[in-house]
Amino acid sequence: MFARGLKRKCGDQEEGVEGFGTVPSYSLQRQSLLDMSLVKLQLCHMLVEPNLCRSVLIANTVRQIQEEMSQDGVWHGMAPQSVERAPIDRLVSTEILCRTVRGSEGEHPTSELEDSPLQSSASELPIVGSAQGQRNPQSSLWEMDNPQENRGSLQKSLDQIFETLENKNSSSVEELFSDVDSSYYDLDTVLTGMMTGTKSSLCNGLESFTAAAPPPSSTCKSDLAELDHVVEILVET
Amino acid sequence: MGEDTDTRKINHSFLRDHSYVTEADVISTVEFNHTGELLATGDKGGRVVIFQREPESKNAPHSQGEYDVYSTFQSHEPEFDYLKSLEIEEKINKIKWLPQQNAAHSLLSTNDKTIKLWKITERDKRPEGYNLKDEEGKLKDLSTVTSLQVPVLKPMDLMVEVSPRRIFANGHTYHINSISVNSDCETYMSADDLRINLWHLAITDRSFNIVDIKPANMEDLTEVITASEFHPHHCNLFVYSSSKGSLRLCDMRAAALCDKHSKLFEEPEDPSNRSFFSEIISSVSDVKFSHSGRYMLTRDYLTVKVWDLNMEARPIETYQVHDYLRSKLCSLYESDCIFDKFECAWNGSDSVIMTGAYNNFFRMFDRNTKRDVTLEASRESSKPRAVLKPRRVCVGGKRRRDDISVDSLDFTKKILHTAWHPAENIIAIAATNNLYIFQDKVNSDMH
Repeated sequence: MFARGLKRKCGDQEEGVEGFGTVPSYSLQRQSLLDMSLVKLQLCHMLVEPNLCRSVLIANTVRQIQEEMSQDGVWHGMAPQSVERAPIDRLVSTEILCRTVRGSEGEHPTSELEDSPLQSSASELPIVGSAQGQRNPQSSLWEMDNPQENRGSLQKSLDQIFETLENKNSSSVEELFSDVDSSYYDLDTVLTGMMTGTKSSLCNGLESFTAAAPPPSSTCKSDLAELDHVVEILVET
Repeated sequence: MGEDTDTRKINHSFLRDHSYVTEADVISTVEFNHTGELLATGDKGGRVVIFQREPESKNAPHSQGEYDVYSTFQSHEPEFDYLKSLEIEEKINKIKWLPQQNAAHSLLSTNDKTIKLWKITERDKRPEGYNLKDEEGKLKDLSTVTSLQVPVLKPMDLMVEVSPRRIFANGHTYHINSISVNSDCETYMSADDLRINLWHLAITDRSFNIVDIKPANMEDLTEVITASEFHPHHCNLFVYSSSKGSLRLCDMRAAALCDKHSKLFEEPEDPSNRSFFSEIISSVSDVKFSHSGRYMLTRDYLTVKVWDLNMEARPIETYQVHDYLRSKLCSLYESDCIFDKFECAWNGSDSVIMTGAYNNFFRMFDRNTKRDVTLEASRESSKPRAVLKPRRVCVGGKRRRDDISVDSLDFTKKILHTAWHPAENIIAIAATNNLYIFQDKVNSDMH
């Protein structure tokens, strides 16, 4: 009965975003790409005579990222609620089971995990990592996944995730401030909002593990609307 | 010479100081004329250099690729648009030769905004003994002339004169990326990011807009024109490519304004390769009709494709240029390399295609044998008659001697501009500020 319940949860999450464990790093990649693109667009604006082809391609990329973020927003709103009802140890079990499912393992590893839910076999994780690698062999967006998958323990994985968040946050800030032209008020405002968003995302991650309430989704939508406006202004230049 | 499948090349190069690259010296376009006797290059400094094949070289097997500097002139100067307060760069974006119709040669050159028609003439004789004008060219007082004197033409050293014949200005709001001479030899087209204009070669103050993809609201702009070319035989047909990977064939007899295409050539996207960079890498950077007029060759960031004019659903051939970069698209996006516009070229019989890559590599694909080769344009291979060795880029696994790994590629050395002689296996490769000319290796059995 316990096992069946867990399987259903894994299925739901896998359908949503290919597994709970990969959400943070994929989001980070996407966020980083969005940051990079917005900086490029602003540089386009600053050029006397921008390359129109390049500007349009970058603007289309930004729109694509925003579209995907909007779609993910729906799932993002639901997940904390389901997590909220589960104790921490169950969350840990779910994490391990999700990886097992992604690895397409048989029942044998499952029964192993049932015997020792808080422990993970050293031989199992490399296999899962390998499968993960094969699934996205050439996608640079998933490059960060493989090292994490191969970590010895869940604790180290979590530490790695938080460490990456902090590094990315710091890197983003440096990048934005070094390149941003203060004379462009609208974009500056939006970037400030984005940084707030980034912090919210980090806090949200922490809160979800402590079963806290999620942030309101309306803030996210208004931010996206602002981004759309900025992108349109830049493209028109 | 017959079709030689031996892809080794003997090279002749025009080298400059490699350690110091002046931005103005960077070559931005390379073009053979219709006979292959002349080769023109344009650079970012607005200059055009014309090379001429040495007359003796045509009959000597080992030196068929010998070209020498024939003429150099300043085609464009930096300008300032006072209305918009914008500087206009002098960089030569394209050069196109007109078919030769008399003793003189003509070519069109363009920067971002202005197209110029140049006439190239030779002079090797001067008149002497003319007694109706003084040395300053003024007409003498006829009362002082007591005899009739017929001037005699005396030989002098060959002089090449280049003179501007037409300046076609104010036709484009956006940056001109292509010009193409019509097979009727009377008209030509120019294309910028959003519009294509048709000009008559003798009329400079009027052009006809034949394609306009500018949306009513610029915020709705998601696609731009990237390249355009007339059909080599049918004067009513032209093609233009887009930043979304499609090609549109237009028929000027069907309508004066060709915003509605006659044929749309597009390839469905492979979902397994879908990424945030899919659209950027599908942007077409060059399109060329085959000499036969039956096919079109296109280049996007990672591949060259051959399309049949009678099949719009997908290309009939696709060749990977540097597929090993697919795993590095994020860093190439960060460094802006992903926006590099590589050109492509057909050989004279449409059986081989060529395009450039990074690390001063260029690639050739034989459509009949399906063999491909990677060669490098470098100073080490620049000695006259040196034979080029094939290069290989290894992606992990075993690495042979002389192989280069993906991580060692130099992305600042890129072969963007290449040209193939219209009739023979002679190619011109522009590597930043150096021009290399390679020819087929002559088989010793021929002697």
